[in-house]
Amino acid sequence: MEKIFTEFKANQRDLIHILHMVQAEYGYISPEAIAAISKHLKISENEIYGVLTFYKAFCLKPRGEHLITICMGTACHVRGAPRILDEFKRELGIEPGETSDDNLFTLETVNCVGACALGPIVISNGDYHGQMKTREVDKLIGKIKRDIKE
Amino acid sequence: MDKISVTKLEELKAEIIDSRKDQMTTITVCGGTGCHAYGCLQIAEAFKDEIKKQKLKDQVDVRTTGCHGFCERGPITVIQPEGIFYQRVKLEDISEVVTQTIVNKKIIDRLLYVEPRTGEKIIEEKEVPFYKKQKRIIFGNNGFIDPTDINDYIALDGYKALAKVLFDMTADEVIAEVKNSRLRGRGGAGFLTGLKWEICHNAHSDMKYIICNADEGDPGAYMDRSLLEGNPHSVIEGMIIGAYAIGASEGFIYVRMEYPLAVKNITLALEQARKLGFLGHSILGSEFSFDIHVFKGAGAFVSGEETSMMASIEGRRAFPRQRPPFPAEKGLWGKPTNINNVETWANIPLILNKGADWYAQIGTKKSKGTKIFSLVGKINNTGLVEVPMGITLKEIIYEIGGGIKDGKKFKAVQTGGPSGGCIPAHMLDLTIDFDTLTKAGSMMGSGGMIVMDEDTCMVDVARYFLDFTQEESCGKCVPCRVGTRQLVEILTRITQGKGEETDIKKLEDLAETIKAGSLCGLGQTAPNPVLTTLRYFKNEYEAHIEQKSCPALVCKDLIVYDIDPKKCVGCLLCLKNCPVTAISGERKQVHVIDQDLCIKCGACLDVCPPKISAVAKYTGKKKKRILKNPKSKRVKK
Repeated sequence: MEKIFTEFKANQRDLIHILHMVQAEYGYISPEAIAAISKHLKISENEIYGVLTFYKAFCLKPRGEHLITICMGTACHVRGAPRILDEFKRELGIEPGETSDDNLFTLETVNCVGACALGPIVISNGDYHGQMKTREVDKLIGKIKRDIKE
Repeated sequence: MDKISVTKLEELKAEIIDSRKDQMTTITVCGGTGCHAYGCLQIAEAFKDEIKKQKLKDQVDVRTTGCHGFCERGPITVIQPEGIFYQRVKLEDISEVVTQTIVNKKIIDRLLYVEPRTGEKIIEEKEVPFYKKQKRIIFGNNGFIDPTDINDYIALDGYKALAKVLFDMTADEVIAEVKNSRLRGRGGAGFLTGLKWEICHNAHSDMKYIICNADEGDPGAYMDRSLLEGNPHSVIEGMIIGAYAIGASEGFIYVRMEYPLAVKNITLALEQARKLGFLGHSILGSEFSFDIHVFKGAGAFVSGEETSMMASIEGRRAFPRQRPPFPAEKGLWGKPTNINNVETWANIPLILNKGADWYAQIGTKKSKGTKIFSLVGKINNTGLVEVPMGITLKEIIYEIGGGIKDGKKFKAVQTGGPSGGCIPAHMLDLTIDFDTLTKAGSMMGSGGMIVMDEDTCMVDVARYFLDFTQEESCGKCVPCRVGTRQLVEILTRITQGKGEETDIKKLEDLAETIKAGSLCGLGQTAPNPVLTTLRYFKNEYEAHIEQKSCPALVCKDLIVYDIDPKKCVGCLLCLKNCPVTAISGERKQVHVIDQDLCIKCGACLDVCPPKISAVAKYTGKKKKRILKNPKSKRVKK
């Protein structure tokens, strides 16, 4: 944390930058991190909590090992994204924003990633899977699980 | 590299061009996010390796460029100067392209684009119908420029407009030129850019700011991303010119975090521009100083609204606030601030280089220039298209877009994202400009154009958009916060077959209240998707409410999947692919779906061979009939 702070002066305008860096470094924003940021920027924990829960980029709980993001943009929607999402929900047994009990998967949705030609799109760990079909969902999950074993 | 002065800019350009004169051929590989997903980076690397292997490095340059726009056909490779257009290039094609096309000057037929209507193979990029009707004045250079190399931009007269502005023009003259061009803001509302600048210029303050709005939150629109990714210096140059005209000394580019490549490319471009002295203290040796920072958004749609964006940059929640005072008078940290959209900024260097008169002759009387649209959805040629204002929707969808996917029937086109509306088939002759789109109940918006076919349910689309705005409403104004939620609840109920007769009236009343009672654009326009679908597709609402049927066969609760026993050949395909084993049957015997187990995922329909097409969806009365006698009346073949 101290290392992150050295890049910034103690100024409210740096709050979102700092939150981005903490999120990238630790994968989530812990209560300890909020306390430290509060001390550094001299703004209340309350206010930091208010800001970070306002934005979707930050989470208060650690994510699972593998992040699966379903694009729910309009182009993906008309090409069947809701059916893909339903299938992931069913296969993983979790809702968007949740992490599976074995801590392997976190399921999230995104409003649009701007790769509309490939819709419906699923992004797993930064890899884009275009033109997804419902029957490919369990294959993709299986593949990720196999990759973990290796 | 050292900082350069204005006299050195021409010299630098000549040097860059001279250093490349032996490289007669350039292989450009599209490096936009779409092509990235197709694996274009590996393609570009493979080209580089192959060129090295064949010892052609001195004559052939390989360049990963910005987005070419024709995302449907990625990964795209164009060989310059001939402009040979190869599409869907795979790794195994690389050595053949180099040997055949580069060395032997022969065209590889199978990589060419085939015009689906005529079956004609097209060699040159500019002859492809997708590009032919476009007017790519802003977007065209994307295909020639490696966005990570400022030299590519300078070689194409980059920063020439800036030099002209800084040394030959006063701030007033720059503003007059932009005003005369009649350029209107490309972010959606269409306010005159020159006028906006003038207001900010006239505001008195020790400090002024400018902001580039790259928080492209409208789902299905990605032209701003492509410009930032593909030609970042055009945006930067526009901003520096704007800052000079307004008298700003600090600028921000507020870019969505969902666009990692755009963040990367714009950050790199700023560094390079700073090194050469286009940014920072005493730009190009003039008395003008200015610098730009990148601000990475944090995933809130409302940040695209200008007062929210400023709150976000200040490190607070992105809440909009009352205007006036307008940002031009009191903006960031209370100082005069000018906000323009990415595409607006990219127009500026062009206007200064070619003149306001040249610019003003493109487009219609009240909407000048071109507009970039992202043409997506159920369309054959998905991609980014730049067209002159005044073109018709029909021309875009059928001539550039190549018509509807899989020979389906066109139903509607959605413009303006969650703030816009759906335009039906009988209005396809509508011309594209700010005012006619607004009159039709939709809006230009930032440029999303989502094409919908007969398989799209308009009630579901309205529900989709309201679900979006409901989620993204910041919560400040009650009508928006509570009202959008109510709209979603009613719409969801309708799509579930639980709609009531009074619902349509309730939707209309609520929509009017939300429009009237919301502070910012998000709330004021949020009901538009409901209002336009009610206006043009009321029959679909009525079908859902009265007959409990979904004519487009989309709403899960209103449809069933069933296997036609007369058509089924018992191939086991659907049975094997059903994730919940709801399908029973033996090889060569008719398969049956157990409706109690079926989750309506559609996998059976996807895999049933088109020749057989035994699986189908049913709604309304037919659905009832199927549910009544699920198995009894079926005869095995």
